[in-house]
Amino acid sequence: MTEPRADAPPRIEANGLTKRFSGVTVVDNVSFLVEPGQILGLIGPNGAGKTTLFNLMSGVLKPDAGRLVVNGVEASGLPPHRLARLGLVRTFQLARELDKLTVLENVLLAARTNAGESLTGALFRPAAVRLDERAATERAREMLALVSLSDHESKPAANLSGGQKKLLEMARCLMAEADTILLDEIAAGVAPHLVDEIALLIQRLNREHGKTFVVIEHNIGFIRALASRVVVMAAGRVLAEGSFAHVSANPAVVESYLGQAA
Amino acid sequence: MDAYLVAILTIAGIYIILALALNLQFGLTGLVNFGVVGFFCLGAYASGIATESFHAPFVGGLCVAMVTGAVAGGLLALLSLRLSGDFLAIVTLGFAETIRLIFNNEDWLTGGPKGLLIMTRPVLADYSRSANAWMVLAVVLTGAVLTLALMLRLAGTPYGRVLRAIREDELVPATLGKNVFVYRLQSFVIGSVLMAAAGSLYAHYVQTITPDNFTTPVAILVWMSVIVGGPGNMLGSVIGALVVVTIYEGSRFLTPWLGFLDAEQVSALRFIVIGTVLILVIRFRPEGLLPEPKHTPVVPATRRPALKG
Ligand SMILES: Nc1ncnc2c1ncn2[C@@H]1O[C@H](COP(=O)(O)OP(=O)(O)OP(=O)(O)O)[C@@H](O)[C@H]1O
Ligand SMILES: [Mg+2]
Repeated sequence: MTEPRADAPPRIEANGLTKRFSGVTVVDNVSFLVEPGQILGLIGPNGAGKTTLFNLMSGVLKPDAGRLVVNGVEASGLPPHRLARLGLVRTFQLARELDKLTVLENVLLAARTNAGESLTGALFRPAAVRLDERAATERAREMLALVSLSDHESKPAANLSGGQKKLLEMARCLMAEADTILLDEIAAGVAPHLVDEIALLIQRLNREHGKTFVVIEHNIGFIRALASRVVVMAAGRVLAEGSFAHVSANPAVVESYLGQAA
Repeated sequence: MDAYLVAILTIAGIYIILALALNLQFGLTGLVNFGVVGFFCLGAYASGIATESFHAPFVGGLCVAMVTGAVAGGLLALLSLRLSGDFLAIVTLGFAETIRLIFNNEDWLTGGPKGLLIMTRPVLADYSRSANAWMVLAVVLTGAVLTLALMLRLAGTPYGRVLRAIREDELVPATLGKNVFVYRLQSFVIGSVLMAAAGSLYAHYVQTITPDNFTTPVAILVWMSVIVGGPGNMLGSVIGALVVVTIYEGSRFLTPWLGFLDAEQVSALRFIVIGTVLILVIRFRPEGLLPEPKHTPVVPATRRPALKG
């Protein structure tokens, strides 16, 4: 796996990102850095603009202003598939499972290289297709095992419970072999014993494989346990930034968010 | 009777190709193409003009039809695929009507409403009428079988999985690094090429084409074939086309028993019957006669499936 080099560029460099919806500024001049190997917590009250910020970082929405640099590459305004290829993948707050595909197929889709996914490959390179698909299937099963979904692999994804769909999002993300993973409330709706497992999994992927994470979560314990740095958003702006201890001592943060969440 | 059977099978073969092409676009990729008949018409005229005005052999006409279909499909896709599904539906519908009107009015090229007479046939030499009919049938069925093989291959590989993912929710494959637009473009263009090829086969089979052969009912029959057979299931489209064409063409055998109806009423009755079949399928078997096949993994699962949940 990709060990971050000492001189590696930041995974994500956001500079003045701004997004307006019909005149309302939902993300307002947000700047921050995500360094390789970091687990960055992103917290803030409902409607703070966290998910919108993820949408800007993953190319799902185009910023009205500001710059985005991913792994040292200018990425402002790139479409989602280009950002994914730069090594940045995300999960969705409302799980977007592909209903009619099986759980295994949902994960297989995320394979990074698969000869059978190109038209010419599918038609003219049967041996390569078979080889890649075998390797992908074995890897996809490992990913499903990591999120305890192995027993469900042949079900249509529509038949999973809400929590399981979130786990499927996680498995799909891991399958994509990205350097940077954006998790949008991955633990919400997931059974409590699995939440702990996910936290351990994130920690392990971070330590052993050098994966970088940005984690949106309302579960403050989850953030405290995982995040090496925390960015607090409120009303579209960055309210505070620093270690968990640092931001949770900030009166403005306590007032706008932690006071009610705790 | 023999001749009728050959005729019905030939028409069925052509509709099978059309239905398979639409199934690739709609059933697998979720692209709503209401302009099926436009591509069919374009292929028929392109092929007919190539063979009659430019003396190309049948195979040359077929190739011209396919290239024309590719260009038209590509242009239409570039115009509308980036936009919403509804937009594509309207653009393709407009395209089909535009094509028909152009061919109706450009008499110098197409013979206009009088029609285009096509002497070139996809047969070896002039044998008897019935031998010719069998040879045309063989050519059409070969085309249908090749199309089916291509579709089964595309649907069964990871390529088809990406198309189905786009159909379900395009944002997911996009955020996983798939270029959704390229896949949609490919799917739409391959479908267009096949529809135009079907048009070429049709033109050289019926030998006189007029713009009236290419009106909306043709597209309705193709859509019904896909819906009844089961969107996403290629064999379903074959069965769906057979069912729809049998009802549509077979109804002429009932005419003797329907003496109290005139010809126009009989032809209206066909659509009533097909419409009823469609309603029954949608009501009682919305996934179609053959539902989308379950895709089995290339490596069998090692562990036992869960007993619970
Ligand atoms: N597509 C959209 N069009 C209009 N307004 C939007 C859109 N998406 C989000 N918003 C608005 O932007 C604001 C920020 O939403 P966002 O989903 O980013 O918040 P969030 O911090 O993720 O909240 P939560 O914690 O509830 O998930 C909200 O007021 C929301 O209503
Ligand atoms: Mg959110």
